[in-house]
Amino acid sequence: MHPSPEQQREMLRQMQLIRRFEERASADFRSGAIYGVVHSYIGEEAIAVGVCAALERDDRIISTHRGHGHCIAKGADLNRMMAELYGREAGYCKGKGGSMHIADFGIGMLGANGIVAGGIPIITGAGLAAQLEGKGRVAVSFFGDGASNAGPFHECINIASAWNLPMLYVCENNQFAVNTPAAKSLAHEDVAARAVGYGIPGVIVDGSDVLAVYSAATEAVARARAGEGPTLIECKTYRWRRHTERPNQPDYRTPEEIEAGMQSCPIARLAQHLKMQQGQLSDEEFEEMDREILRTIEASVDYAKSCSFPAPDAALEDVYAD
Amino acid sequence: MRTITYEQAVTEALIEELRRDPKGIHLGTDAPPPLLKEFGPERIRQTPIAESALTGMAVGAAGSGYRPVVNWSSVTFSFVAMDQIVNQAAKIHYMFGGQVKFPIVYRAVVGGGTRRAAQHSQSPYSMFMNVAGLKIVLPSTPYDMKGLMKTAFRDDNPVVVFESGRLGGVEGEVPDDDYTIPLGKADIKRAGSDVTIVAIAWMVPEALAAAEALAKDGISAEVIDPRSLVPLDVDCIRASVRKTGRLVVADEAGPTCGASAEIAALVTEDPESFAALKAPVKRVCALQVPIPYTPGLEDHVFPNRNKIAAAARELTRGLK
Repeated sequence: MHPSPEQQREMLRQMQLIRRFEERASADFRSGAIYGVVHSYIGEEAIAVGVCAALERDDRIISTHRGHGHCIAKGADLNRMMAELYGREAGYCKGKGGSMHIADFGIGMLGANGIVAGGIPIITGAGLAAQLEGKGRVAVSFFGDGASNAGPFHECINIASAWNLPMLYVCENNQFAVNTPAAKSLAHEDVAARAVGYGIPGVIVDGSDVLAVYSAATEAVARARAGEGPTLIECKTYRWRRHTERPNQPDYRTPEEIEAGMQSCPIARLAQHLKMQQGQLSDEEFEEMDREILRTIEASVDYAKSCSFPAPDAALEDVYAD
Repeated sequence: MRTITYEQAVTEALIEELRRDPKGIHLGTDAPPPLLKEFGPERIRQTPIAESALTGMAVGAAGSGYRPVVNWSSVTFSFVAMDQIVNQAAKIHYMFGGQVKFPIVYRAVVGGGTRRAAQHSQSPYSMFMNVAGLKIVLPSTPYDMKGLMKTAFRDDNPVVVFESGRLGGVEGEVPDDDYTIPLGKADIKRAGSDVTIVAIAWMVPEALAAAEALAKDGISAEVIDPRSLVPLDVDCIRASVRKTGRLVVADEAGPTCGASAEIAALVTEDPESFAALKAPVKRVCALQVPIPYTPGLEDHVFPNRNKIAAAARELTRGLK
């Protein structure tokens, strides 16, 4: 169950890829090349990477409005992601979805979703499909602490438990539902404690420790595949950025508070861990990894810019499947 | 031909489709015994009363290769699941760029006349018509219900099949053989030449009764049942109005932004149909109020055959 140094380096690479992607997406949003809104996943990379490392390609996940990290961790194509953010025809959604709706059903990524808790019923339906298929697939719901206070969370966890669906409910407790602190809106400070009421395991994990996330996810996936039902995993994490990258986005946190939250960096943590392990990673190797990531992202931006915008008539396409 | 009820037509259609397609499943707070008996509890799921969950689960199951049928029972309960209907089911195909199909049937009973008051008596199909990405079916006979339900099941999109509560026990002839009826094809339930009556669901038998009464006065009414509201067979309606020059739209729902308003607009904005009109368009709808409980009030609120006939007489005044 313990990942090899090679697997750990791959986790590190994916986390750094997500971070660099988010930095670029935010920068290009501020410059006006990306429209609408961008929600940054920075600081929470270990959750998507740790969970998705425990999955197979045909397992299914669903994401949130803060969805780029889940896409990347599930194996989405960076070029098509960036093209979507740039509103181009070659994007994952032909330029109709944007940041909050990137999906790739081909890799089991059932979409980012702009409604808090909105994706939970959908992925629970994918869990039902997995159970009916009988091929040992699992379905994973990513959602935040805010969604854990909404009805669909409770409705679906109850059904998943009652029906023994092969599900993981992964709560990314980043401490804030937009601007509402979890401390002021959760009846119990641990979302995982709610699992007791639904008769399923509830696990609390340090969301900045990718190895701990991977370990918890692996165990939950094994349970689900064995027909033992769903698990609720709460990953304690911290949202480094404001709710969105919009310039007028309010943020009531103090600089000191944010600074304190940023102390637990999942990337620095794993890099340090690898460096301590008989030199599994050198500074030079990490820098080279980072340079390669930056080149990949630059290439995705070049690709996006080279793609055309959809023609106006495309607005009428895909309202219905033929 | 055999005679079955409107309700039986729903069940027959579902049984035949679930037999034909092993990917078909049924989710509802009740598991209909005939379905459960034949297909078992794996495919016929009796769910908790959690409409948001089961409505959204259908989206996820559909996107994963299944063909779910969700029974909301009364349309009343669909409102609990509005996020999943409006933000998810209706939009997901479009906003994901058409990556995969979402074949779903949502079932709901609409209408009044059951003395169950405002929360359980409503006809809000125009709210659903307003949401791009849904198809809307609302048949008036067992034959139409069975054929349209089968088409809805085979459609690759979310289709809301409304069942008129007042028509559940109505009997009609249905063939033994497999048949389907295309969406977007109206049916002329009675041909006529003086006035077109477009009637929806329960209003169809009421309009036919009105047409019978009008015929005794020498007024020839054509009764058109759209059968599906999205897509809507506007060509059939316009062609009829161009012939008769008069239009009554009868709907059990209220008039405000209703299906009746849409039909009236589609006719009057067509130059040829507008030019053919010999009188203003008339709508016969429910009063725009929550549906009251006590019989005298409830019956007062709803349209009926007499109100339809009166509207048609007003438009044809001086004709005979």
